[in-house]
Amino acid sequence: MADQSPQDQTPEGIPSPEGVVNLIDTDYEVGQDNVEGNIGPFGFDIHNPVFLISGLSIVAFVFYALALPEQADSAFSWLFAKVTKGFDWFFLGSANIFVLFCLLLIVTPWGNVRLGGSEATPDYSYIGWFAMLFAAGMGIGLMFYGVAEPMSHFSSSMGGTTVENGVRTDWAPLGAAAGDEAEAVRLGMAATIFHWGLHPWAIYAVVALALALFSYNKGLPLTIRSAFHPIFGDAVWGWVGHIIDTLAVFATLFGLATSLGFGATQANAGLNELFGIPVGSVTQVVLISIITAIALISVLRGLDGGVKVLSEINMGLALVLLLFVLLVGPTVYLLKLFGSSLVAYLEYLPALSNPVGREDVNFSQGWTSFYWAWWISWSPFVGMFIARVSRGRTVREFVVCVLLIPSMVCVLWMSVFGGTALHQVVAEGYTAAQDAALELKLFKMLDVLPLAAITSLVGIVLVVVFFVTSSDSGSLVIDTITAGGKIDAPVPQRAFWCVFEGAVAIVLLLSAGGLQSLQSMVISTGLPFTLVLLLMCFAIARGLISERRLHR
Amino acid sequence: MFKKIVVPLDLAHVERLQKALHVAAGLAREHGASICYIGVTTATPGPIARTPEEFSAKLEAFAKAQGLEQGVKTEAHMLVSHDPAVQMDRELEAAVTALGADLVVMASHVPNVTDYVWSGHGAHLAAHSAASVMLIRA
Repeated sequence: MADQSPQDQTPEGIPSPEGVVNLIDTDYEVGQDNVEGNIGPFGFDIHNPVFLISGLSIVAFVFYALALPEQADSAFSWLFAKVTKGFDWFFLGSANIFVLFCLLLIVTPWGNVRLGGSEATPDYSYIGWFAMLFAAGMGIGLMFYGVAEPMSHFSSSMGGTTVENGVRTDWAPLGAAAGDEAEAVRLGMAATIFHWGLHPWAIYAVVALALALFSYNKGLPLTIRSAFHPIFGDAVWGWVGHIIDTLAVFATLFGLATSLGFGATQANAGLNELFGIPVGSVTQVVLISIITAIALISVLRGLDGGVKVLSEINMGLALVLLLFVLLVGPTVYLLKLFGSSLVAYLEYLPALSNPVGREDVNFSQGWTSFYWAWWISWSPFVGMFIARVSRGRTVREFVVCVLLIPSMVCVLWMSVFGGTALHQVVAEGYTAAQDAALELKLFKMLDVLPLAAITSLVGIVLVVVFFVTSSDSGSLVIDTITAGGKIDAPVPQRAFWCVFEGAVAIVLLLSAGGLQSLQSMVISTGLPFTLVLLLMCFAIARGLISERRLHR
Repeated sequence: MFKKIVVPLDLAHVERLQKALHVAAGLAREHGASICYIGVTTATPGPIARTPEEFSAKLEAFAKAQGLEQGVKTEAHMLVSHDPAVQMDRELEAAVTALGADLVVMASHVPNVTDYVWSGHGAHLAAHSAASVMLIRA
């Protein structure tokens, strides 16, 4: 595989990339451990241990969940409870560190370092870049929880606190706000924004920045293991690295498969609400197949013709829906709520993010700790995708755009969607959204606004397209990791991962409790990854210091 | 008859391209044309180079060495692609037009069943480019 062309012998060495960067000195050549060949007419180019181990262990886990569903369920549920309840302090504390670290990058001179070298120019315009960040990061969650979460926190806060044997049994955040509607709205919004604002985006930003920095500025392959070169040295090209990469593939594939399953459930609920299409596994299997088929087309159209176009379409659609709800909903109330929610968020932030001595155990463990573990287990996937499209941005620009702007958009989104539903309860006495099941709340809220049939349909389209972009970018990411950081591996390979994801989702959906137990398992992978992320902060700092040294 | 010949190449597999390189050089000598070697890379580190600039330098060096060896006028042109596995066809086509080439000489694989789904780079160029295209079977 080594390049035999004559220029290899020229002793000029490596010319400086666009402007100044400080490449890491390593003998590793991207793709040196890869196996290239053909299966029938299909070419492949894979990183041997990582591809094989992750592929086989995924099959083994699916088989386990299917063959012994009850045992698997109890094993994963036990693990899940242990992780989110026993390590809540670790998740909450670490997430705070990530936020502070990112904010630090904005204000220190480290923020001046440009990804790809001091003269590099951005690959994508702000619009295209931002649309892709957002679609990969949390698009689908906003559809699912935009109405549901503010409503849940509002209701539980209104209920006040209940104590049994000295332990809080209610799900309200902090000290609740029994009977005080105005305060319950503020607390509910603050808690929601807390879960969708700075913290998740800081988690993504850390991973994305580590990957971008070590790939574009340090010349290491675009895989998770590269970020650990400053810590483990050349050992990352061996088993340490294989384990890190395999874990990342694992979390990405199961994360996607479980989300595909749950997304199919929501789209199905919406279709039932709109057109009376029956709810059941047949519809959901058809939906997953359609989503996977569209994702496959998008994957085959490539990054610029597929994910980017779909992300932009979706951002446009989401914006239209947002403006529509803002304008036909209680506009003045929503705008005021946006401002007051931000204030409430800042006011409650210290208490909500406090990792130790919490009394609201159900909230801090069942909601916050769960979310943090979930975001962290998704971070290799989202972070890697963000890294791939962020070349040419400075670290400061990167952090502002990955941390602050998406957080503000989430605040706006939650204020408008959650706010409209809250207004329906508080001022109009319409409680259908409050009473509905999680996946139906959005549609019940839209139901009493004008043009409900059209907006609900837009809602379903958004859910589906957000899933297509997730499935597509997920396939690209898994393909890159299992090809040892090569992004030009043969196309059938990424098509394979895309179809494999859909197949795993269908198999799990058809098994009783399969999705639930695997989701528990994915979230449990958040624990080792938190450690990985903390090490990444250290590696980023070291990398940036060495870049800065060159500029002096 | 031809003024500018474009030769797309994969620096990782130069050994498989020898026949195409010789044909292109022969045609260039006969017609007094110049050759432009096009190499496609990614912004992320790859097997050939860790940065686009390193790739560009290697491509330039290759073009220079070929020029001396074959006795024709050569130049190099680098394409940085976001997603070469899929987008290379269209990007090559655009580059051929932008460079004003009138002949493309490239090595081609032996056709197989996947060509019904994914056509080869050469097939795409021959179907869509205004330039003449000559495909050399290995």
